Amino acid sequence: MDVLTLSRWQFAVTGMFHFIFVPLTLGLSILTAYFETRYVMTNDGTWLKMAKFWGKLFLINFTLGIVTGITMEFQFGMNWAEYSRYVGDIFGSPLAVEATVAFFLESVFIGVWVFGWDKVSKKMHAVSIWIVAFATNLSALWILLANGWMQHPVGYHLVTNAAGQIRAEMIDFVALLVNPFGLIEYFHTVTSGYAVAAFFVMGISAWHILRENEITFFKRSFRAAVVFGFIACLLVAFSGDLHGVEIAKTQPAKLAAMDATWETQRGVAMSIVKIPDVKNERSTVEWLNIPNMVSILAFHDAGAEVKGLKDFPAELRPPVLPTYWSFRLMVVMGMLMILVCLWGVYLSGRAGLEKHRTFLKVALFSLPLPYIAGQLGWVVAEVGRQPWIVYGVLKTADAVSRSISTVQVVGSLLGFTLLYGGLAIVDIYLLAKYSRKGP
Amino acid sequence: MKMELQIIWFVLWSVLWAVYFMLDGFVLGTAMLSGLLGKTDMEKRILLNSVGPVWNGNEVWLITAGGATFAAFPTTYALMFSYLYTALLLLLFALIIRGVALEFRGKVDNASWKSSFDKAIIISGFVPALLFGVAFGNIFAGLPMDNAGYHGSLLKLLNPYGLITGVLFVLLFAVHGALYACVKTSGELSSRAKNLAGNLWIPLLVAAVIFLGYTKFATRLYDNYFRWPLFLFIPAIAVAALIAVKYFTVRGAMLKAFAASCVTILFVTFTGVAGLFPNLIPSSIDPAYNLTIFNSSSSSYTLAIMTIVALIFVPVVIVYKIWVYRLFGAKVEQKDVLNNSEAY
Repeated sequence: MDVLTLSRWQFAVTGMFHFIFVPLTLGLSILTAYFETRYVMTNDGTWLKMAKFWGKLFLINFTLGIVTGITMEFQFGMNWAEYSRYVGDIFGSPLAVEATVAFFLESVFIGVWVFGWDKVSKKMHAVSIWIVAFATNLSALWILLANGWMQHPVGYHLVTNAAGQIRAEMIDFVALLVNPFGLIEYFHTVTSGYAVAAFFVMGISAWHILRENEITFFKRSFRAAVVFGFIACLLVAFSGDLHGVEIAKTQPAKLAAMDATWETQRGVAMSIVKIPDVKNERSTVEWLNIPNMVSILAFHDAGAEVKGLKDFPAELRPPVLPTYWSFRLMVVMGMLMILVCLWGVYLSGRAGLEKHRTFLKVALFSLPLPYIAGQLGWVVAEVGRQPWIVYGVLKTADAVSRSISTVQVVGSLLGFTLLYGGLAIVDIYLLAKYSRKGP
Repeated sequence: MKMELQIIWFVLWSVLWAVYFMLDGFVLGTAMLSGLLGKTDMEKRILLNSVGPVWNGNEVWLITAGGATFAAFPTTYALMFSYLYTALLLLLFALIIRGVALEFRGKVDNASWKSSFDKAIIISGFVPALLFGVAFGNIFAGLPMDNAGYHGSLLKLLNPYGLITGVLFVLLFAVHGALYACVKTSGELSSRAKNLAGNLWIPLLVAAVIFLGYTKFATRLYDNYFRWPLFLFIPAIAVAALIAVKYFTVRGAMLKAFAASCVTILFVTFTGVAGLFPNLIPSSIDPAYNLTIFNSSSSSYTLAIMTIVALIFVPVVIVYKIWVYRLFGAKVEQKDVLNNSEAY
């Protein structure tokens, strides 16, 4: 185990752990704000109870998103110093902007929301949670523009200094801001967060309705969440399609890995059932082929040419199996989510949702779907980008800090595992306690 | 143009760190002293609720200082964070525990849950203060770095000068936290805080004097002041403010004492940073390897963009932060804690 491998594991573990909490924050902030707004508009106490109940769960989750986020900022410098030196001129800016415009806003106004119930008007209090929702969604924009730049670097040139060191320098900030890869990635990520929030509320509501506890309260919560979720899932799919097209344009090696396309050809069929065999650079199983489907999805053109993995030197191909299976599983889960939401929109639009126990059990067990799908998406994004840390510009292997030792990284990885393991236990315990307790 | 931007960013960088220490200083201080100040569960809750609305916003100044270092001086950011890996890792763990402990302590009505988190709160107040001091002390003295890389270690950071700076930060934040607690609470709790502030001031003065003297021998910080004696106004204000803390405490003008403590922390930071200029991290091996604002900065294009962003948004941040501080300006009483279901 060398410093590079350990640092990659650590980034994956800490990044994915952070991403357990972020999507829920993105979506549940909006739902909570919506519930409180309905209260301000109607003076109906149930809406207030909803804002407080779901808000309490939101806060438990929000805290963990914040503390695990500090790790990410530190880690760029700690473990990826060469990366930071090489691209800091460009990459550092969106991070600094994220802190200045978004983090301050969300952290200050969450304080107003939690502690200011008696100190500001009802309207202002509702506004403060809307500000938090806006700010978290704004912060997502900046970090995803930064990641978008890593995936599709724009607006820069390479400069060599007197000591012979190369680094990237920004020449067009606007290019960074309007980078289609970054913007579509943003759209896809935040909508997936809304799906997480929707299924979270749906799942917990279903649990209570099944137990015939506070049925009115939870049916109202469920109805709001399933509509929110349905729209979110459709937008995830729509933005996912756009995202695929962007990947096809800018990251052909990742595209090839996503569907394990081995041979370059025009009009590539999609096999519903496919098992890639990496060693032999082929697929052992390719059943239920839909003609031209890969080309259609990737280029919106049935006859488009898709570059196969064999056209890339082996060291420039991403790890195929993780990329391929993550992508497939993510899409399948996304489709399941749409079906569950569709079913739920239909049932919760009529009276008697509480009688549909099978559906409610499905909704309850579907709670983890968007969580898992989101993580799988990040595996596609980040593992699929390998061996590059900045696609086409800098290899991950060249990006790691030179001054740190194996002992240090083993220590930090162990430390994170223990600390985060403890946090996970506390988080699950508190969420379970407060979600079971009810309003 | 580039040189001017680099100097502007040096100033902005120091302001971000100074404001961070001024704001998170009292949160860390209150946390550190929470065991001594809060004797009952309700008293502890009042203390935690006094920092509750503002601790998160205060911490963001650190994220911004780090982010600004990354954006404006990426080579310094990269080397600082990788060279000080273990110290920053420990700092990070402490900050994570701090946030979680503050938010989750009150969520379970169980004595051992609360007492575990109470211990965590104290440790998570003390450790960052110590580590920031150790880190900055070593930065003032210079890190053992050259073109072959870094020749230091966590143990080497715990040298006498680093430790003295660590102790200084701990005492600065402790006094700061005690003063804040005094202003934000009432009754016995408030007078306990006032007494603690008064008592801790003496070791703080001793630490400050030792620090100022030791700095002459361990660092080159005084070189700038000898070249441009006009800038001695910075440490002069720091010292005057420190004395004012005691002056106002003795007279019971606690809000003024807290304000003086704010000024002390700001100007202690400025004193160190002005002494560093134009270095960000000097090399203790050879000044040829110093990381400076001139050799580690981003391009003038990036610096210019970041300056515009900062000039627009930082004043906005300051405005709404002041609004929130005023919103929560009243003392925290037992009824505030009992009436709010979301209180800590």
